Order: sequence, then C-alpha cells, then structure tokens
Amino acid sequence: MPKIRNLEDLRKIKESAKDLTAARSGGRTRIIVGMGTCGIAAGAREVMTAILAELEKRGIKDVAVETTGCIGMCQFEPLVDVIRPGEPRITYGNVSPEDVPRIIAEHLINGNVVTDKVIGRTD
Amino acid sequence: MLEDLSHSILDIAENAVNAEATKIVIEIAEGLDENKITMIVSDNGKGMDEDLLSKISDPFVTSRKTRRVGLGIPFLRQAAEGCDGFFEIRSSPGKGTSVTASFRTDHIDCPPMGDLAATLITLLLGWPDKRWIFRYKINGRQFELDSDEIVRVLGDKESLRSCEVATWLKGWIDENLSILRLGGSDQYAQDKKS
Ligand SMILES: Nc1ncnc2c1ncn2[C@@H]1O[C@H](COP(=O)(O)OP(=O)(O)OP(=O)(O)O)[C@@H](O)[C@H]1O
Ligand SMILES: [Mg+2]
Repeated sequence: MPKIRNLEDLRKIKESAKDLTAARSGGRTRIIVGMGTCGIAAGAREVMTAILAELEKRGIKDVAVETTGCIGMCQFEPLVDVIRPGEPRITYGNVSPEDVPRIIAEHLINGNVVTDKVIGRTD
Repeated sequence: MLEDLSHSILDIAENAVNAEATKIVIEIAEGLDENKITMIVSDNGKGMDEDLLSKISDPFVTSRKTRRVGLGIPFLRQAAEGCDGFFEIRSSPGKGTSVTASFRTDHIDCPPMGDLAATLITLLLGWPDKRWIFRYKINGRQFELDSDEIVRVLGDKESLRSCEVATWLKGWIDENLSILRLGGSDQYAQDKKS
C-alpha cells in the first residue's frame, strides 16, 4: 500500500531544517510578502508559494518567510521585501511568480539587488 | 472579486488577525447531495459594535488607515449572494466575530474552491503565533488541522516559517483533502496504485 503521510513524520523534516529562531532578531535573511486584500487579489499567495518552491528547489534553508498586512502601496502589490542581515531592506513591487527565481538567484544568493523591480529601500 | 473561495478564506482570516484574535477557526462543510458548500470563519478578536456591523457591507466602511475602502467583506458577500447563497456576520465587541458564507455549487456563478492547502500554509507561516483550527467536512467525514498539534510535533512555532516545513505541510493537507474527497484512505490508496 502506498504510504500516506503522517503528521509525526514532520518531526524528521524539522530535524533537517535549520533553526530559524535567530532570523527575526537579525541573524538571517528574511523575505516578507504583503498579504492584505489588495495583495491577495494581485497574486501574493501565488508569489509566496513560488518563493517556498524556489527555496526548496535550491535547498536554501536559512531564510525565514513571513507575511505582513496592507501597507498602503496597493498599486504596487504584490510586494516582497528582502532583508539580508546588515543590508538595507529592499522592497520589490508588482512581483509575479515568474520574478521569484531571479530575485532569489540574484539577490539572496549573489547579493545583487534586482533593480528593475525595486520600488523602495530602507536603510 | 477574488479568484476563488480559498482566496476569500485567506482574506477573511486576515481580518481576524487584524482584529487581534489569538484563535481562529475555519470550518468548511460540503454536502455532496445537497450541492451546497458552507464556510465559517470565527475568531476571538475584538469584535464589532452594532453600528460598524450594520455598515460593514459598504466598501467605504473600513477601520484601516492605509486606504479609504475595505474590500474583503463586500467581495465575499457578492460572491455568496451571486450564486443564491447566504452571507452573515455575527459579532460581539470584546468577544469575537464569525463570518458565514454559503454557496450553491450547482450555480453557474459559484466560484471554485481553489488551492486550500496554499491558503492554510500561508496562514500558518504568516501568523505562526496564532492558533489555527481548520476543519473540512464532507458528508459527515472530516479532516481537522490544529496548529497547536503541529507546533507540538515541531517543538517550536518559529519552525513553521521554514520552507521545508511549509512544503511538507502543503503536501500533507493536499493528501488529506484528497482522501476526504475520495471517501476514505482505502479508496485513496487504490486510486494511487492504479
Ligand atoms: N473578524 C473581524 N473582527 C473585527 N472587525 C472586523 C472583522 N472583519 C472585519 N472587521 C471590520 O470590518 C472592516 C471592513 O472589513 P473588510 O475586510 O471589508 O475591509 P478591510 O479589512 O478594512 O480592508 P481590506 O479587506 O480591503 O484590506 C474592517 O476594517 C474592520 O473594522
Ligand atoms: Mg479585510
């Protein structure tokens, strides 16, 4: 009989995953997706799913994925913020799932901001 | 309007988060013979008074400060009423809110369910500090997810933000929903083999 997943199996996944507790206190890279109504309507959930899939595909474990509500820049949704430790917070606008591999490869891995998608920067 | 029911659920659940709820229950019941689907999102957040409640279906009523219109509730109401369904919000200040929407699945304008698992992992990963309870019932059988139970297995809440955990959970939810739709794990196993 094919194996059906059991919630207890999650323990093993957790053991191989990196400890993310340090992420919020500034130790690791954070990716934040805007998830208010305007973001959801513009495709934010799909962008988040694409981010998870890309991180998983590349085996990147030390990144915390988070969400935030509407910040009033509705025309630029979906919004994605990338914060690498010790670097300015970069806000990308009108992000589509197709943009995700590029942002992860260029910015997260190589450290180069994807300038054509940037709408804001906070030091 | 939002694309499908799973997106509406995400949106209504986010209202509960904004209302400072600590526990949010999402319940979906499907009666296959009666062509009806009902979803209820209830929370223990700050609730609404009579005045706000009576005005809430108007898009120009919002307590948000970043934009002058609130779209979530008018969207869902329109979607439900557009397919001969039913829509209701009950709320009491300081106690919480529950939003009920039902849909006639045989109506041509009934939105599809969409990717429920994607909505649930978005909620779990987005707000790991909340307690999320999700129940899906079809003809008396049910799948239940309780984030407390997941956190117990994981050992800590922060691990919900890990992409491996989220991806695994998505697969687990999808599998359980398929089992439920097929009417049991024996049927599911047989389908997987063939
Ligand atoms: N679960 C809830 N608990 C308490 N208040 C709520 C709840 N849901 C909605 N409200 C109130 O109703 C208002 C309108 O909600 P609605 O979802 O239509 O718009 P919004 O959340 O303000 O904006 P948008 O959904 O467009 O981002 C909210 O601003 C809030 O004051
Ligand atoms: Mg809303």
